[in-house]
Amino acid sequence: MNVSLKQSALALAAVAAIGIGSISVANAEETLVVVSWGGAYTDSQQKAYHEPYMAMHPDVKIVNDDSSAEAVAKLRAMSESGNVSWALVDAVASDAIRLCDEGLIEEIDFDKVLAPAPDGTPASQDFGNLIVSPCFIPQIVYSTTFGYRTDLVKEPPTTIADVFDLEKIPGKRSLEKRPIGNLEWALIADGVDPEKVYDVLDTEEGVDRAFAKLDTIKDQVVWWEAGAQTPQLLADGEVVMGSTYNGRLFSVIEEEKQPVAMMWDWQVFDLDGWVVPVGGPNHDLVMDYLKFATDTQRLADQAKFISYGPARKSSAPLVGKHASLGIEMGPHMPTAPENAKHTLLFNYEWWADRRDDLTERFNAWLAQ
Amino acid sequence: MTTEAATQQVMTTADGTPLKVSLAKAQRRLKIRALLLVAPLLLFILITFFVPVFDMLFRSVENQIVPEVLENTAPLLLKWDDRDGELPPEEVFAAAKEDFVKGAKAKTILRVGSRMNYEQSGFSSLFRKTARRAKNFESPYKEAFIKADRKWGDLDTWRILKRESGAFTISYYLAAMDLSYGPSGDITMKPKGEAIYLTLFWRTLKLSFLITILCLALAYPISYLMSTLPLKTSNLLMILVLLPFWTSLLVRTTAWIALLQQEGVINDLLVYFGLITDDNRLAMIHNATGTVVAMTHILLPFMVLPLFSVMKTIPPTYMRAAKNLGATPTVAFIRVYFPNTVSGIGAGGILVFIISIGYYITPALVGGVDGTLISNFIAYHMSTSLNWGLAAALGVLLLGIVLVLYYFYDKIVGVDNMKFG
Amino acid sequence: MTESDTAFVRFSEVQKSYDGETLVVKNLNLDISRGEFVTMLGPSGSGKTTCLMMLAGFETATHGEIYLDGQGINKVAPHRRNIGMVFQNYALFPHMTVSENLAFPLEVRKQPKNEIRERVDRALDMVRLGGFGNRRPAQLSGGQQQRVALARALVFEPKLVLLDEPLGALDKNLREEMQYELKSIHDSLGLTMVFVTHDQQEALTMSDRIAVFDDGVIQQIDSPSTLYEEPRNAFVAYFIGENNRFVGTIKELSDNECSVEVDGGYIIKAKPVNVGNVGDKTTLSLRPERVSINPEAGSMPNMLDAKVLQLIYLGDHIRTRVAVGQNEDFVVKIPNSQEHSQLSKGQTVKVGWSSDDCRALDA
Ligand SMILES: Nc1ncnc2c1ncn2[C@@H]1O[C@H](COP(=O)(O)OP(=O)(O)O)[C@@H](O)[C@H]1O
Ligand SMILES: [Mg+2]
Repeated sequence: MNVSLKQSALALAAVAAIGIGSISVANAEETLVVVSWGGAYTDSQQKAYHEPYMAMHPDVKIVNDDSSAEAVAKLRAMSESGNVSWALVDAVASDAIRLCDEGLIEEIDFDKVLAPAPDGTPASQDFGNLIVSPCFIPQIVYSTTFGYRTDLVKEPPTTIADVFDLEKIPGKRSLEKRPIGNLEWALIADGVDPEKVYDVLDTEEGVDRAFAKLDTIKDQVVWWEAGAQTPQLLADGEVVMGSTYNGRLFSVIEEEKQPVAMMWDWQVFDLDGWVVPVGGPNHDLVMDYLKFATDTQRLADQAKFISYGPARKSSAPLVGKHASLGIEMGPHMPTAPENAKHTLLFNYEWWADRRDDLTERFNAWLAQ
Repeated sequence: MTTEAATQQVMTTADGTPLKVSLAKAQRRLKIRALLLVAPLLLFILITFFVPVFDMLFRSVENQIVPEVLENTAPLLLKWDDRDGELPPEEVFAAAKEDFVKGAKAKTILRVGSRMNYEQSGFSSLFRKTARRAKNFESPYKEAFIKADRKWGDLDTWRILKRESGAFTISYYLAAMDLSYGPSGDITMKPKGEAIYLTLFWRTLKLSFLITILCLALAYPISYLMSTLPLKTSNLLMILVLLPFWTSLLVRTTAWIALLQQEGVINDLLVYFGLITDDNRLAMIHNATGTVVAMTHILLPFMVLPLFSVMKTIPPTYMRAAKNLGATPTVAFIRVYFPNTVSGIGAGGILVFIISIGYYITPALVGGVDGTLISNFIAYHMSTSLNWGLAAALGVLLLGIVLVLYYFYDKIVGVDNMKFG
Repeated sequence: MTESDTAFVRFSEVQKSYDGETLVVKNLNLDISRGEFVTMLGPSGSGKTTCLMMLAGFETATHGEIYLDGQGINKVAPHRRNIGMVFQNYALFPHMTVSENLAFPLEVRKQPKNEIRERVDRALDMVRLGGFGNRRPAQLSGGQQQRVALARALVFEPKLVLLDEPLGALDKNLREEMQYELKSIHDSLGLTMVFVTHDQQEALTMSDRIAVFDDGVIQQIDSPSTLYEEPRNAFVAYFIGENNRFVGTIKELSDNECSVEVDGGYIIKAKPVNVGNVGDKTTLSLRPERVSINPEAGSMPNMLDAKVLQLIYLGDHIRTRVAVGQNEDFVVKIPNSQEHSQLSKGQTVKVGWSSDDCRALDA
């Protein structure tokens, strides 16, 4: 029994530590804690942003904290306790919108805080329509798209409709366990005009239609929750195709050399970027860092280390070769013209409204 | 004579203080000592357990944000009679304009939007849209609002706002029990396609019960074996049982996936021995089977430890005596050995059951769709949807279920009969 | 087979080994008649419990056969043997009341309910525990538990009852009381009882016959008096009762007398019981109460000088330790009578004994 007692004591201590642990961050102006996703993504930020910045400012030390996955809940908890210890957080756009709604992150004056493009275009125009929230500085465009096992399909899938076609492509496929993206795909595959997807989804019949389409493949779907699952499922041959972030598929194909290929049709664009918590420490340093880390060259540099598209229009021509593989990264960008024939950008505002009830409906549908 | 009479009336100690007083004094000192000894633990439990539980109880009904931010609108709405099918009077719209302007400046108004969006989808964008424009609204405000968004002209919008204008709400509990407000404000069951939590509560109880039974079925013979073996061998077995504790979650999960997936080791073996055909491979992970297998694996030690420690104390002569008295080995087991292990079964069963009711990491990793439990949804509402009120209500209901089960357990088995080791 | 008809219990060339290397029971042959009270007596580890367990069916004999009432029972499962047993720690079932414990053997035999109740009550009365039926074993004293265990072993009326050191955990008074009770139950019910103990006093007072165990072998099996008066070997003589020992070499040997030279050069005349030939080693055994102090000269064949070392007053007799030659542990029990009360420490006396009382045994 000792063991279990010890375990629960540890668990309690851990719970307490979560509450208390956040106090012990960053003291002077030298240390800047950057909260991000960890793994390859943080590595790319380290090489493209942190290291050059630290080289320019030897008195600054940037420390990574891999907590972005819990960022929304933690930021709210910090704000409730009146002790915001995070200075800079990497978040996806939909979370940023919610945090902004709640007043937990700062609004950014884009043209004042951020550097203009090399040709003088103000930042707000350079980012253009990717500015989906006044509190969110986009960094990369990533897409959720499909990979398939070249050796396990008779005929390669070419359109999103093929994902829903069990006759053409039999076998299991993996989809993310959430309604976002899947409902849009289901409607497009069912013949809805991609321009009108959200109009259709606004009606009860439209939602029913999307679920009805998903019903046709429901028993052949493995639902994933972590980005690493689809690559693993593909590698193990547990699924013949599956959706995941394009950067993950890039490593499966180019780094691990698995027999996997991309299917870009109607890839869903999403944004990841920086948010600044209200009342966080090191405010001036954060602003200085942001100006540097989001300029045209830095965003282009990040694409050398990970295959996600830079959020600035002016960065696109500067994207070069992969730092270690030596592959030209341009064609692997979700934004590359031949990949981006059909793309879908989230309607963030629409999902901010419908996320809760459709997620509930989606879960109820799953449970049936 | 006199002293004797006195001692008969009040017994005293040698120095003359009444015996009762002196005894009370001695016991008070003991009580204070006992209190001081438990004080650190009491404080610890208070801070790490009772405070969060009360916080959870509070959050599950708390609705402060609405009357706080809509400080002018909320009292008027509460007074407004919505039964005549008319929109609220102009003064309500005027108050709402004031609240929106103030709330937009203080960046609190969108919180109300998020909060109200739990009641009905669309409030989030309605509030966002309105907050942007409210400072330019001119009288008459009713028209200004409806021009900004048609929804302000919808009676239901105002009814819902009125309903949630109080400082407390029951809507989280309704949601947690798959209930919702109907069009006329009455409480109804959610339609089948949207109801989910009752299914999950039921599934959680069912799977936890199954896991408890499986743990018992696996732990009983192992514990019995260990209790009869010499210490050195039983320690070795114990290490094997405790192994899942000592491996990291990631390693464990990877191992389960490698074993259980359709192209995994077990399926390969079954196909190899011709027990199943290649295209009928069993789905044993990313579903309820995965959850049950993985959780049984993890929770087994919680069953083995109390069982083992109870069995260790049962002398082998009990079974011999029973057989000697004429009982077949089966009868001897059922009537003599088993009843003596009930305390261990009770302790282990309660431990495993309660832990599995609250487990969420493993089901999230290997449970797929039909192997996720109510705790996964609590975690989801805690960290992703940020609907902490609903998470709290689900948590309170779960706590309630556990307490009810515990009550019946006490009635049937008796809590005093538990032996944890 | 004719022989086993007369023997109720019979061990025939039984051997037992737990580890395959050493024999814990070596070639045991033992017949017990119906109605007999037989005690297995021996030091701890001598194999008594093992024999009992083989009889009850919890251990299997490595070799040989055990017969019960003429039937070989090696292959009969324990619960079919119908043998009552009182375990060393009683093994009362803690989750059952006293009555339930007693009812257990009757219930598994599918006796009718009212008969069970009757027999349980009768058994409880027999061990004088009427009214204790609703208590749990933990609520009883050691002696009461012991009686419950006995009642439980008897309630289903077995023909044979085994008792493994049943009185070992009781204090002296209680033990003597229980000895008496046990014996009277045995006599009144006409049972066959096999009783295990390492306490020789207990064995002597209760048994019809005692089997003395040592090292997995029965050294001697006889009635208490024979065992005491006529031990067949040095171990039995040493183990039962008090005993003065001399080790020596046989000088002369005839049918009913031998002369033995012991350390110090004395010659002692003794009765040859278990000896080899002239020149062999032997152990002489002499009970302390058979030694006379200062006997009349010439009245005894053995007469030696002794020096009084210690006197212990025990009421009815005086235990006197004297030095005889090099033997400083020579004990004499002197009846508490007028003429001998004058002895004092340091005094030199003569000790004498007849050659019939001094038994020459194996070395
Ligand atoms: N279950 C067993 N396994 C191995 N050895 C045993 C076992 N039971 C008894 N022994 C050994 O057998 C010998 C005889 O034991 P036992 O019959 O219990 O003696 P007693 O009852 O006369 O004290 C001892 O040396 C003991 O160590
Ligand atoms: Mg013994």
